Amino acid sequence: MNLTLKIWRQKNANDKGQLVDYKVTDISPDMSFLEMLDVLNEQLINKGDEPVAFDHDCREGICGMCSLYINGEAHGPDRGVTTCQLHMRMFKDGDTIYIEPFRAAAFPVIKDLIVDRTSFDRIQHAGGFISVNTSGNTIDANAIPINKQDADTAFEAATCIGCGACVASCKNSSAMLFVGAKVSQFALLPQGQVEATDRVLNMVKQMDDEGFGNCTNTGACEVECPKGISLENIARMNQEYLKASLKG
Amino acid sequence: MSGILNSSIGRKFAMALSALFLMFFILQHFAINILSVFSPDTFNEVSHFMGTFWAVQYLLQPVLIIGVIFHFAMGFILEFKNWSARKINYAKNNGAANSSWMSRNMIWSGGFILVFLIIHFIDFWIPEINTKYIAGDMSGLVDPNVADSGFRYYEELVHKFVPIWRVALYCLGFIFLALHLLHGFNSAFQSVGANNKYTKGLKGFGKAYAIGIPLGFIFIALFHHLKACCGL
Repeated sequence: MNLTLKIWRQKNANDKGQLVDYKVTDISPDMSFLEMLDVLNEQLINKGDEPVAFDHDCREGICGMCSLYINGEAHGPDRGVTTCQLHMRMFKDGDTIYIEPFRAAAFPVIKDLIVDRTSFDRIQHAGGFISVNTSGNTIDANAIPINKQDADTAFEAATCIGCGACVASCKNSSAMLFVGAKVSQFALLPQGQVEATDRVLNMVKQMDDEGFGNCTNTGACEVECPKGISLENIARMNQEYLKASLKG
Repeated sequence: MSGILNSSIGRKFAMALSALFLMFFILQHFAINILSVFSPDTFNEVSHFMGTFWAVQYLLQPVLIIGVIFHFAMGFILEFKNWSARKINYAKNNGAANSSWMSRNMIWSGGFILVFLIIHFIDFWIPEINTKYIAGDMSGLVDPNVADSGFRYYEELVHKFVPIWRVALYCLGFIFLALHLLHGFNSAFQSVGANNKYTKGLKGFGKAYAIGIPLGFIFIALFHHLKACCGL
């Protein structure tokens, strides 16, 4: 496959940045999208040019490191996959592909396609945890009976890898699917009840302070989420927040 | 509880409550207006009751006006905040791949409804307030000096729908209302935290409401226009 790539290049956080055209040739349909970018970077390095900076780590769809807004969609046109799992067979020979960083005021560009997603870390630090006594009397989590449906739903919420595709896809740059998943995974379990009130209040406050937008329920986040995190998690977070506000 | 309106979720919740209230109001507005098609006398009686009963005038009407102003003001505030949450737009964005046109354009459908509502207030509400509270005529009669001149409400309604431009404008307003409700109905329930086993059924009901009610209003406008102009 021969492709034209329009890639966002930005030297640093202060640079204005622009789309730059590149040509890549003889791309195998079996390559992953990131492997295709590796090929491009090899070409650029051989020419003495600056390679395109992009995030990646496990390349197995579980670390949440890769991002990229490809042809107008977070993680590209495929469903239920991260960019590292996206294959070039999803494109046609001769295609022009737009590759941009995830856009949000709370995800500032560091360089080229790499954005700073530490705002998600700060939201997690605000309450996305449980406190467990580890002094030697720790109770095995499996010793506490939990309704199967609740356990499954909590686990589904916990599969969120925090990649930020929800923010990137949302027309409002809202982080509510991410925060909803992180609130839900504890709200459904007995271990999460002790800190439930503080958790949701603090995480939502941090989310607002980071400058994410307001959810208008377009559902784009759910569609583009590589892990299929459901909008039900946002509704659950809304319930938890309203309950906590009445209590607190 | 303090400061709930300062949070994104609190504002969403308040927006949803005002939306649910307005959707209930639209339903009762339609229920009264459709009477004008089937029974002008009943329409007159109900209109007179709504226009003169103290609880409606001095309790529900202010709540409605506050609800309308709040819904529009909060809608614009949230939209401006949302715009500032993405300072640089994508060069290529395929919104249609993951969301409906209605959900992405609530501000525009809402903006058009606001324009329509201003015209609607100038057409009906302001003259009504003027007659009752400035001219002081609470009789509701065509001629307040003639006791058997009959109620004026039906005649006023029909008279408004004679010009075709107004009928066209109202039809357009109701189309935008339908587009707004097609997303807004279920969005309101999601915002108050209601996403459960009833959501699928509620979505079906929401679609029927979002299309059925505006279509009913369009029918009323066209009915009176055709009746006045073509003797239907």
